[in-house]
Amino acid sequence: MTGQGGASVLDVLCPMHLVINATGHITHAGPTARKLAGDKPMVGARFLEVFAVNRPRAVASMADLRRSGGAKLHLEMRAAPRTRLKAVLVPLPEGEGEMIVNLSFGISIVDGVRDYALSNADFAATDLAIEMLYLIEAKTAAMDESRRLNLRLQGAKIAAEQEADTDALTGLGNRRALNNVLTRMVAGRVPFAVMQIDLDYFKSVNDTLGHAAGDHVLQTVAQIMVEETRNKDTVARVGGDEFTVVLVDVRDADILRRVGRRIIDRLEEPIAFNGHLCRISASIGTVWIQSGISPAMEKLMDDADVALYASKHAGRARQTIYDPSLREPAGQSAAQGAGGQQPA
Amino acid sequence: MHGLINRSIQNYICDSFGAHRWDDVVRHAGMAFNNFEAMLTYEDSLTHAVLDALVDVTRRSRSDLLEDFGTFLVANPKFEGVRRLLRFGGVSFEDFLHSLDDLPDRARLAVPDLDLPQIELRAVGEGRYSLICRSPVAGFAHLMMGVLRAMADEYGALALLEPTGSGKGIETLSISLIEPDFAEGRAFELGARA
Repeated sequence: MTGQGGASVLDVLCPMHLVINATGHITHAGPTARKLAGDKPMVGARFLEVFAVNRPRAVASMADLRRSGGAKLHLEMRAAPRTRLKAVLVPLPEGEGEMIVNLSFGISIVDGVRDYALSNADFAATDLAIEMLYLIEAKTAAMDESRRLNLRLQGAKIAAEQEADTDALTGLGNRRALNNVLTRMVAGRVPFAVMQIDLDYFKSVNDTLGHAAGDHVLQTVAQIMVEETRNKDTVARVGGDEFTVVLVDVRDADILRRVGRRIIDRLEEPIAFNGHLCRISASIGTVWIQSGISPAMEKLMDDADVALYASKHAGRARQTIYDPSLREPAGQSAAQGAGGQQPA
Repeated sequence: MHGLINRSIQNYICDSFGAHRWDDVVRHAGMAFNNFEAMLTYEDSLTHAVLDALVDVTRRSRSDLLEDFGTFLVANPKFEGVRRLLRFGGVSFEDFLHSLDDLPDRARLAVPDLDLPQIELRAVGEGRYSLICRSPVAGFAHLMMGVLRAMADEYGALALLEPTGSGKGIETLSISLIEPDFAEGRAFELGARA
């Protein structure tokens, strides 16, 4: 087959074939196979010095290789970039020990065409390599485009969710956001506290100075509450002048008293609006959930309301920390005082 | 029609006439949104509305615009993908022409819901062909003329292209290959983007 006619037939059909003689030397290389050789020409070199046989494992000599005839070989070029190749070997019937090895890039096709600067003409017309490269490039482009679409949709989804969880006037979380946080906290078994905060005298600001003043006050209130709590805490506006603060990781009721006090003090500082001073205050009902307790959500919010009502009842502008004695019939106000009320 | 087609039209309008012209087209076509997503599919009527609006807004003929769009698809360096994928079709311009029959199948291989118009190449003499296009988009042969003209430049071939008629949803285009190796073509490396 190394004759003039024979070689050209194989060069067209299998441009990546090699002819090896009985001593294991490469006597002919197809036009594309020749491009795989680096500085040293492939023809004349020993096959096993150019290629390492990775599989089957047992191949160490030309005799082993000859016995592998017809099986799939996993080869690796010994020279950099150590290209991995698939191959099949067939002994020539009348070849006096001559063999033909046909090479293929297999899965290394993408690296192969780049490393050896191959073009369409380097592959047999029937070889699927070009279609494979087309497919990789087209699929990658389509996949990239899909990924970009997914990122855009994800961004829009996050924005929509944030919008659904946000109070438009103050930028605080809304009742929906609060419910999400509380659901997490109730299941979490870490100590936390819920402060139900009602603004006092807010209605008169709205009535006398108008809604614009009311809106300004609400925005200022929101700002104060955010400033007086930590980043990991949650401040939500749950009604017209009702706010809820969830404080996480609260180990001590004194911390709650101090936070409540600071919020009330700052809310009582007059808020300027168009030359007028708006004066408000706040009543707070607080429930402290200590470590290891998983309260029911309804019970938790109800307790907070009871504590808030106690603050209102006792003259507003104060915080009450919930205690079961608050639920006892009115008249036993001594017990109520023990619940942690703090007069302004 | 597939978002890839619609988005390409949008890219063409923005690139050739400016983003403000695209806004005009959006308004004129009565679209409910501003941007086509390449990987979504839209009603065919929307594509027709955009093309009609483009004709009105630019006051240029439909055939002229579609040919220009075809050239843009291949020749614009900002959107290399189409040019490269078409180059996989053949090693010479003539080889490429013969791959056109497979174009819809090739497209579907990459994006399964991308339906391209059926096109068929018929040899009518030495270096002379007739391209038969079946498309719901009137003027599709003009679009193909733009694509082929740009691809001939790609391969460095000199070809004469001429629309030769339309009717019953079929449009034809005559192709005369004057000089296959008229100029140095643009380089194409198989592994360029791998």
